[in-house]
Amino acid sequence: MSENERKGKYTTVSIPITLYNRIKRMIDGTGFTSVSQFVTYILREVIARMEEEKLKSSGISEEEKREIIERLKRLGYL
Amino acid sequence: MVSKPHGGRLVDRIAKGRSKERLLVEAREMVKIHVNDSIAADIANIAHGVYSPLEGFMVQEDYLSVLHNMRLSNDIPWTIPIVLDASPDEVSNVKEGDEVALYHKGRAIAVLRIEEIYGWDKREYVINVFKTDDVNHPGVAKTLKRKELFIGGQILLLNDPPEPFERFRLWPKETRVLFEARGWRTIAAFQTRNVPHLGHEYIQKAALTFTEGLFINPLVGWKKPGDYRDEVIVKAYQVLIEHYYPRDSVVFSVLRMEMRYAGPREAIHHAIVRKNFGATHFIIGRDHAGVGNYYKPYEAWDIFKEFPDLGITPLFVHEAFYCKKCGQVVNAKICPHSEDYRIYISGTKIRDMILEGEKPPKYLMRPEVAEVILNHPNPFIKES
Repeated sequence: MSENERKGKYTTVSIPITLYNRIKRMIDGTGFTSVSQFVTYILREVIARMEEEKLKSSGISEEEKREIIERLKRLGYL
Repeated sequence: MVSKPHGGRLVDRIAKGRSKERLLVEAREMVKIHVNDSIAADIANIAHGVYSPLEGFMVQEDYLSVLHNMRLSNDIPWTIPIVLDASPDEVSNVKEGDEVALYHKGRAIAVLRIEEIYGWDKREYVINVFKTDDVNHPGVAKTLKRKELFIGGQILLLNDPPEPFERFRLWPKETRVLFEARGWRTIAAFQTRNVPHLGHEYIQKAALTFTEGLFINPLVGWKKPGDYRDEVIVKAYQVLIEHYYPRDSVVFSVLRMEMRYAGPREAIHHAIVRKNFGATHFIIGRDHAGVGNYYKPYEAWDIFKEFPDLGITPLFVHEAFYCKKCGQVVNAKICPHSEDYRIYISGTKIRDMILEGEKPPKYLMRPEVAEVILNHPNPFIKES
């Protein structure tokens, strides 16, 4: 963890009041109990998607892949 | 395309080449900590990336974050503590920064660099993970027997623990290559600790109808008395797949990992692990990883709503039953007939029949599977 990272369980971020009110109206009756809970949910979903898009390589080298394919053939999987 | 590993990168903590040779020699001089079968399995799972992004046993910050937030301290979803316990005597001669050798059955299997040694509250653990402190819960009882301290830190694997089912063991790198070689872009994973009955087969085939591959991945390792023995589960699946499954659409391999019986939390853990194997979908049936009446039948479905960033799609499938009017195995969502026509496929009922030496009827279990179980002299675990 870098020195700039905050500790503790929660912190505060600011969003426009108009957006806050819009979210508050929208989540009524949806199971989300607060604007914070909704925003946390959405941010996690978006960040997970962005992180996934950043990943390109499988982390398995070509040589390793060849060895794995040989083993899979020996075991009858391929 | 197979799932990205949890946390973004498939962990590889396996010592290789000269580094391995050197560590094997050095391990003889290090303080030794002897681990049981379940911890040895955790060590191998960490090293081979089954538990990605974990690179070792949890330090206190991660442990407490998992207990209270169901996430690692970096916010990545994680619901079951992966911890190494030790007695004060075992760690009396070591300190943070030291390396210790982890021994299993008299052989060095890994080296651990100690990042932290910390105490833990047993009640806090069981209440959060199992939602009960009832000692009759098998997971609670096992947890309460653990030693007073946890050691956190990265590990490096020197030797894999012995695996009786080596022929059926695949690691995440292998399944990822296999799924890609088969051209599968969508893979439904099925977790089990049981022999297959018609209800399981129905659920698996329902999932396979909408995905390109089915990954059947039973747990082998510690389970509670009364559960099926590992070799019975493996053999039962072999005959089921041989006789009733399209071979090119199914991969069967075992995962050595103890059952916790932690219900909803363990359902998330099982999903994360299968994501690391490359699965894109994970099947959740009734009372997933449950035991007794500690969890509501579909409680495991609800917990998935808390994880929009899990990275694997849950497939919620209702309990299957045989409907006499439909004349087949169905579920409540697709069968309009009343309870009078329904025969529920109860694992307990099948177990009782087997204990009586009776063959379960064909609408409950495939005859080939029943024969495997009935031909085994002792199909159930007698003691922990």
